[in-house]
Amino acid sequence: MEKRYENRKFIILGIILLTGLVFILRLFYLQVVAEKYILSANNNVLRYITQYPARGLIYDRNGKLLVFNEAAYDMMVIPRDVKAMDTAEFCRLLDITPDEFRERLRKARRYSLYKPSVFESQINRENFGALQEKMFMFHGFFVQPRTLRSYPYHTAAHMLGYIGEASPSVIDRNPYYKPGDYIGISGIEKSYEEELRGQKGMKIRMVDVHNRDMGSFEGGRYDTLSLPGKDLWSSIDVDLQLLGEELMQNKKGSIVAIEPVSGEILCLVSSPAYDPNLLVGRIRNHNFSLLTADSINIPLFNRALMATYPPGSAFKPVNALVGQQEGVLTPETRFSCPGGFPLGNGKVVGCHNHPGPLNLAESIQHSCNTYYCKAFKSILEKDGYYATEKDFNIWRGHVLSMGFGKQIGLDLPSELSGNIPSSAYYDKYYGKKGWHALTVISLAIGQGEILVTPLQLANLASLIANRGYYITPHVIKGVGKPNSVTRTFMEKHFCTVDPKYFEVVVDGMEQVVLAGTATNARLDSIPICAKTGTAQNPHGDNHSIFIAFAPKEHPRIAISVIVENAGYGATWAAPIASLMIEQYLKGKIGRPELKEHMMNGNLIHR
Amino acid sequence: MRREYGIFQHIDWVIIALYLLLVFFGWLNIYAAVYDESQPSIFAVGMRYGKQLIWIGAAIVLAIITLSIDPKFFTQFAWLIYAGGILVLVLVIFIGRDISGARSWLHIGSIAIQPAEFAKVTTALVVAKYLSKPDLNLKSGTSWIKAGLLVILPALLILLQHDTGSALVFLAFILVFYRFGMNRYILVAIIALPVLGILALLVNRYILFGILLAAAVIFYLRSSRKFRRLMITLAILAGTFAFILSVDFVVNHILQPHQRQRINVLIGKTSDPKGAGYNVNQSLIAIGSGQILGKGYLHGTQTKYNFVPEQSTDFIFCTVGEEWGFLGSMILVLLYLLLLTRIILVAERQRSKFSRLYGYSVASLLFMHFAINIGMTLGLMPVIGIPLPFLSYGGSSLWAFTLLLFIFVRQDAYRQELV
Repeated sequence: MEKRYENRKFIILGIILLTGLVFILRLFYLQVVAEKYILSANNNVLRYITQYPARGLIYDRNGKLLVFNEAAYDMMVIPRDVKAMDTAEFCRLLDITPDEFRERLRKARRYSLYKPSVFESQINRENFGALQEKMFMFHGFFVQPRTLRSYPYHTAAHMLGYIGEASPSVIDRNPYYKPGDYIGISGIEKSYEEELRGQKGMKIRMVDVHNRDMGSFEGGRYDTLSLPGKDLWSSIDVDLQLLGEELMQNKKGSIVAIEPVSGEILCLVSSPAYDPNLLVGRIRNHNFSLLTADSINIPLFNRALMATYPPGSAFKPVNALVGQQEGVLTPETRFSCPGGFPLGNGKVVGCHNHPGPLNLAESIQHSCNTYYCKAFKSILEKDGYYATEKDFNIWRGHVLSMGFGKQIGLDLPSELSGNIPSSAYYDKYYGKKGWHALTVISLAIGQGEILVTPLQLANLASLIANRGYYITPHVIKGVGKPNSVTRTFMEKHFCTVDPKYFEVVVDGMEQVVLAGTATNARLDSIPICAKTGTAQNPHGDNHSIFIAFAPKEHPRIAISVIVENAGYGATWAAPIASLMIEQYLKGKIGRPELKEHMMNGNLIHR
Repeated sequence: MRREYGIFQHIDWVIIALYLLLVFFGWLNIYAAVYDESQPSIFAVGMRYGKQLIWIGAAIVLAIITLSIDPKFFTQFAWLIYAGGILVLVLVIFIGRDISGARSWLHIGSIAIQPAEFAKVTTALVVAKYLSKPDLNLKSGTSWIKAGLLVILPALLILLQHDTGSALVFLAFILVFYRFGMNRYILVAIIALPVLGILALLVNRYILFGILLAAAVIFYLRSSRKFRRLMITLAILAGTFAFILSVDFVVNHILQPHQRQRINVLIGKTSDPKGAGYNVNQSLIAIGSGQILGKGYLHGTQTKYNFVPEQSTDFIFCTVGEEWGFLGSMILVLLYLLLLTRIILVAERQRSKFSRLYGYSVASLLFMHFAINIGMTLGLMPVIGIPLPFLSYGGSSLWAFTLLLFIFVRQDAYRQELV
């Protein structure tokens, strides 16, 4: 009777084999067909950890270190691993109160029990030293090295710039940056960001279910090394820069010095300045808002590149050059000066006392306004009274070729282009043919709508020093090694005035210092060629302006100095420029009382 | 005339070989599951693989002892052994220790054992003993009810220990009963009910009613169309309707929210990878990420770094899936199928009814564990914590399965003698 049920063994075997078949099919789906599980597995286990390279250092032209990386340490905590410990000692070492300790630990716990969070950021090296010996006592805490920019000379803040965390918009635009990454925000840090930052590396670590580190993935086969950033050699002479900032203290304005033959910027002073160390690390946010809030001195504003002024008489050499090129002036062209230039409508462009009639060189020496009004009128009426527009455009073309009215293109961000008004502008303002030489006569003496930056003025000095060309100014002369500038910064930009017309202007400029408007800038043994400017402006007293280069033959330094609202060019700007030239060419100051006098001049808090 | 057999004479080497293969493979995978670079020695006694090695050694000693016991011992003392097993189960309820919610451990000195594992052996013996009684009337329902009670008693005691998984395994005896003459509709019902229950939760009940009604009509029209047949069909139909409605009611109105959530996750109605579905989700990730050839021995990340819970015990199959891939997992499944088929074929060749019954019990119990455990790791079954026979870490289950299997091997070796 049991035989009746013997066939049931097949049913039972069937159930068993069917189950096995279902399992195999399911395994086939999970392991061969579906792809999402391998992805989920990687998400579970792999953690991509960025390796930050050291940012490049920046040296001055003599190899002095301007910017380096200082080690700082973040105290990290993994709340889950914190065990009973000597809290009092820990608080003493970190200089925090027990209440703060509890509060921070609570905050870290709220963020995550397993993931590390910053307990105390940017502990400096001295405090870290004391801490390091005792770290073994504090379970769950560890230190993570970071670097901070440090500026041993406390100088050149505007030019060096600063770094900060990459903003969301930057991260959107450039996939290289991730939240928390540092990026150059201004100055060299910004314009040479790619060279300085190096290349981030990636380490792939494995973690367990508690996010504990379990070692590298596949023995580090897929890890990438970080490449350190390249060091930069700046063309700045830090001693000159420091002197410039000293001389400009308590004054608004700027000093730009260029080596004419190479276009290398020797100093870039914008005053009031600030200590670049203020914008580093934990104190940065606080100081940044303080600096931003100073609406009177606007210390973050880089005047050397971003302030625009009417150049005043410092512009006269330009018109002297254009006049010669256009054939309306020769070295012996003389104009009499009756103490002013009548505009025909009862108004007069005034002039000061000087001998007369003056030739071209003497017109520069004595800075005769009448001479330049007449010369400018001749330039604009060269082809007749009704051809003003055409002649104006020719004049403007010459001026633009000297680096005005456009960005010169130095290797720093945020350069302004200034303004050389166009004929279209006057057409709009006065109507077509509604303006003539006399209408725009202020341009003759560097006033009116014309605006230039201190950099453009220094570049003009460099152009005259080179007798007809300039090399685009730049602050970095070496990337990765001391001397390796790109072709852009080797090319000579000739202006449209023939070099032969420069010598007479240079002679006139030499006389400015020897027996003209700026005899107080005279430096024994070194012939300085210069031009003063006194720019009328709507913001108060005249700006004191001075451009110069020295020595006369084979010039090694071209310079522009602007001291805002300081009166005559000769009063402040000329002696400051003279001291700068002395420092650069002689390496020391032989006129300490003049330096004292200039340094102590307080033109802001009068 | 009784012949004396040596221990290893006439034993079925296929079963022994499969047993050793599975045990050894299990040990390798336990090592992989708890692999720790700082404790790389596979023999480290402080680690689970070291302990498992000791337990494997003990299991082999146990196997040899079993093979040297007179097979008649088990038939003679089946009732006594069963009674002892029940006694220990009762004891555990009172003096057992709680380990992760279940009071199922008995501590003897420093060794902790799980009597529920051994209860399967004692129950298998007593079921074989009872159903092989020469004077038992297998036509009578009461015989089956009595046999069922023999199974339900230990299952209930284990349920009282909050060890639901181990209790559920006793359902395996349904297959044994079926093979030896139980009404087949009971088996059909036991398989059909869970299916119907899941459909009740997933499919609109009126559609389900309609389908069932149609099925009933077809079934009746194709059958002999007797009045009695009609009544039975209607009764079954009413029963299924009532069942569907009550499943719906129980799940949506009586179960706690977290239980309801578990059920919904299982039947795929909702997904909850962080909560109720965490175990299964991580298990699927581990197995799925193994792909065709696996990540290689000791190179699994999901199991090694504890993303899969219980990876050396109930979820040991994940380690296999992740490190040995589809190929390895399939081979393991095939090994189990081979073992189960072999046991059934060997059971069928027994002359003694006791041995045959016992053999089916062994196959059914192993199959139940195999189906529930691997089904769970593959997301086809609810999360029910029972070990994978011979592979999972743990002394009690290894010894209990060894005992279960080797008693049968011993019976088989004596098949010429036993009637």
